[in-house]
Amino acid sequence: MEKTNGNLLVKGTVFLVWAILLFAPFLFQDVRSTEVAARILVFIVLVSSYDLLIGYTGIVSFAHTMFFGLGAYGTAIALKTMGPSWSAVILGALIGLGISLVIALAVGLLSLRVKAIFFAMITLAVASVALVMASQLSGLTGGEDGITYRPPSIFKPAAKLLTDENGKVLRIFGVKMNGKIAAYYFVFFSSLILFCVMLRLVVSPIGSVLKAIRENEARAEAIGYRVVAYRTLVFCAAAAFASLIGSVYAVWLKYTGPDTVLSFAIMIDILLMVVIGGMGTMWGAVIGVVMMTLAQYYLRDLMGVVADATHNLPIVPELFDPDRWLLWLGLCFILLVYFFPTGIAGRLMAKGEPA
Amino acid sequence: MISKRIEQLGGVFLLPVAIAALAFVLIGAPASWVTLTIAGLSMGMMIFLMASGLSLVFGLMDVLNFGHSAFVSFGAFIAASVLTWSAGWLTSDSIALNVLALMLAIMAAISFGLLAGWFFEVVIIKPVYHDHLRQILITMGALIISEQLILAIWGGTPLSVPRPEFLEGAVIWGDVSIEIYRVFAFLVGAVIYAGLYFLFKRTRIGLLIRAGVENREMVEALGYRINRLFLGVFVLGSALAALGGTMWAGYETLISPALGSEMMIVVFIVVIIGGLGSIEGTLLGALIVGLMGNYVGYLAPKLALASNMLIMMAILMWRPSGLKPAVK
Repeated sequence: MEKTNGNLLVKGTVFLVWAILLFAPFLFQDVRSTEVAARILVFIVLVSSYDLLIGYTGIVSFAHTMFFGLGAYGTAIALKTMGPSWSAVILGALIGLGISLVIALAVGLLSLRVKAIFFAMITLAVASVALVMASQLSGLTGGEDGITYRPPSIFKPAAKLLTDENGKVLRIFGVKMNGKIAAYYFVFFSSLILFCVMLRLVVSPIGSVLKAIRENEARAEAIGYRVVAYRTLVFCAAAAFASLIGSVYAVWLKYTGPDTVLSFAIMIDILLMVVIGGMGTMWGAVIGVVMMTLAQYYLRDLMGVVADATHNLPIVPELFDPDRWLLWLGLCFILLVYFFPTGIAGRLMAKGEPA
Repeated sequence: MISKRIEQLGGVFLLPVAIAALAFVLIGAPASWVTLTIAGLSMGMMIFLMASGLSLVFGLMDVLNFGHSAFVSFGAFIAASVLTWSAGWLTSDSIALNVLALMLAIMAAISFGLLAGWFFEVVIIKPVYHDHLRQILITMGALIISEQLILAIWGGTPLSVPRPEFLEGAVIWGDVSIEIYRVFAFLVGAVIYAGLYFLFKRTRIGLLIRAGVENREMVEALGYRINRLFLGVFVLGSALAALGGTMWAGYETLISPALGSEMMIVVFIVVIIGGLGSIEGTLLGALIVGLMGNYVGYLAPKLALASNMLIMMAILMWRPSGLKPAVK
C-alpha cells in the first residue's frame, strides 16, 4: 500500500492542491475565485472529518451539517451580540464546540449501540429537528434570513496589514494586503492545521483500532476494544472538527443562515464529495472536494450550453437546465458507488499494488 | 401484576389511547379534542400507508431504502396531474364521475408505484444486497435523482390539487366539525391495513413472508424463492407509498417537490418507533406520531416537530428496537 505509484500520485495531487490553495489569492485575482478557494478549504476539513466517520468506522451520519452549523451559529451569535472582537470569536466557537460535543455524546451513547442503519435514520431525524429549530428560534438565529455581523477588525476589507511609505495599503504582485487577505489566510491555516491533526489521528493507534472495528466489529470487540466507546469517541471527534471549521466559515462569510451551514443540500454535498474522492483515505476527501466544488461552479456553465443547443427538442432542455446539475451528479454518484466503491483516491492507490 | 394486566389489555397498543386520554385532560375542550383526534388518526393512517413498505422491505431483506420517499412524492404528483386533467369530472354533480376521476388518479399512482418499484428493486437495489453502506449511498443517490426529475417535469412551483366534490367540506355535529376528507383518508388506511393483516395472517404468501422475516435462510433452505417474494413485497410497498402520496396530496391540496423529503423524516421516525418489519408496529408508530403531531400542534405549536423527536428518543431508551419489532 505504501509505495505504489498510485499512492504517490494521490499524495502528490493533494500536495499540489494545498500549494495552489496557499497561493490562490495571488494566482487567481478575482473575487469569485477567492470565494471558491475558501469554500474548498472549509469543505476539506468538513469532508475529511466526515470521512473519519464513514470511511474509518463505517458509521453513516446525516447530522454532520448540524455540528457544522452549531459552530457557525455559535460564532455568529457571539459576534452579533458582543461586537466584532477576537474574544467573541473564541467564546462563540467554544460554546458551539461544547454544545456539539454534548449532543454528539448523547446521540452517540444512545444510538451507536444499534445497527448502522438505525443510526443513519436517527441522525437524519436529529438533523432535521436542528434545521427546524434554527428557523423557529428566530430571536436567536435570525430564522430563515440568518444573521449578518462584522468580523474582528483585522478582517475588515479596509484593514491595512502592510503599508508602504505613503501609508497606503501595500501591494505584493498586484494583490492588496488588506483584511480580505488576512481572512483568507486565517481560513487557510485553520483548515491546514485541522486537516493535519486529522491525518495524525488516523495514523495513531486509535486510527488502527477504528479500522479494525470497520473491518470486523465482532473481532475487535473480542480482542478487547470497547466498540461503542471508540465509536462514540470518533463521533465526538468528527463533530468537534466540523464545529470548529463551522466557526471559521462563519468568520469568513460574515453571514450565517440555514442555507449556508445547515441545509440538507450541504449534507448531500458532503456525502457526494467523500464518496467521489474515496472513503477511508483522508487524501480522497481533498480530491473529492476540489472536483465537486469545481463541478458545482463549472458543470452548470456546460449544462447551460447543452440546454441552449437542444432547445427545440421536447424534454431534453429541461433535463439539461443548469439548475438540474444535481440530477447528473446523482447519476454519476450511483455509477461510482457501483463500479468504483473505493472512489478516485482508493482506486488510484490500489493501482500497482501486488494483489 | 399491573404490567401483566396491561399486557392482557393490549400492551403497547394502549399507548395511542393513553396519549389521547392525556391530551383530553390537557386540552380541556371536548369539541376541539374530537376534531384533533380525528385529524390525528387520519394523518396516522396516511403515514402508515407511506411507512409500511419501508418497514417490510427492511424486515424481510435487511434493505433500507432511503429512496422510499421518492415513491410518495411521485405518487402525489402523478395523482395531482391526473386530477387536474380530469377537473371537469371532479366538479360535476354526478357522484359516479367524481369517484371515477378519483379512482383514475389512485390507479395511476399505484401503477406507477408498481412499475417504479419493480425497476428500482431490479436495477438499483439488487446489486447491493447485504451491503448497508452502499445501500444507503445508492438509494440516497436515487432519491436525489428522483427529486431532480420531479423538478424537471413539474417545475419548482407548488402544485395545487383539486379534490373531488363529494370529499369537500365538513360535517358539523354540535360543536364538532369533521372534515370529510379526513374520514375518507382514515377509511382508506383502515381498509388497506385490514387487507395487509389478512394477507399476512391468513394466506400462504403472508406466512412465507413472515417466515422470511424471522429466518430467511431457513425459508430458502425449504425451497422457496425468497428473492421473488422480496420483489413482490418491494413492489407492494412502493405502490402503497404512492397511494399514501396520493392521499397526502389530497389532504394538503398544495404540494411542492420538497414533499418527499419532508415526509421521509416522519416515515423514518414512525418506522423506528414501531419496530422494523411489522405492520402492527408501523400502524402503532404512525398513529402515535399522527396523534402527537396534532395535539402538540394545538397545545404548543413550536414543538410540533421536536415532539416526534422526543417521543422517538423516549421509546428508543425504553425499547431499543422499537415497540413491536418483527426482527429479533
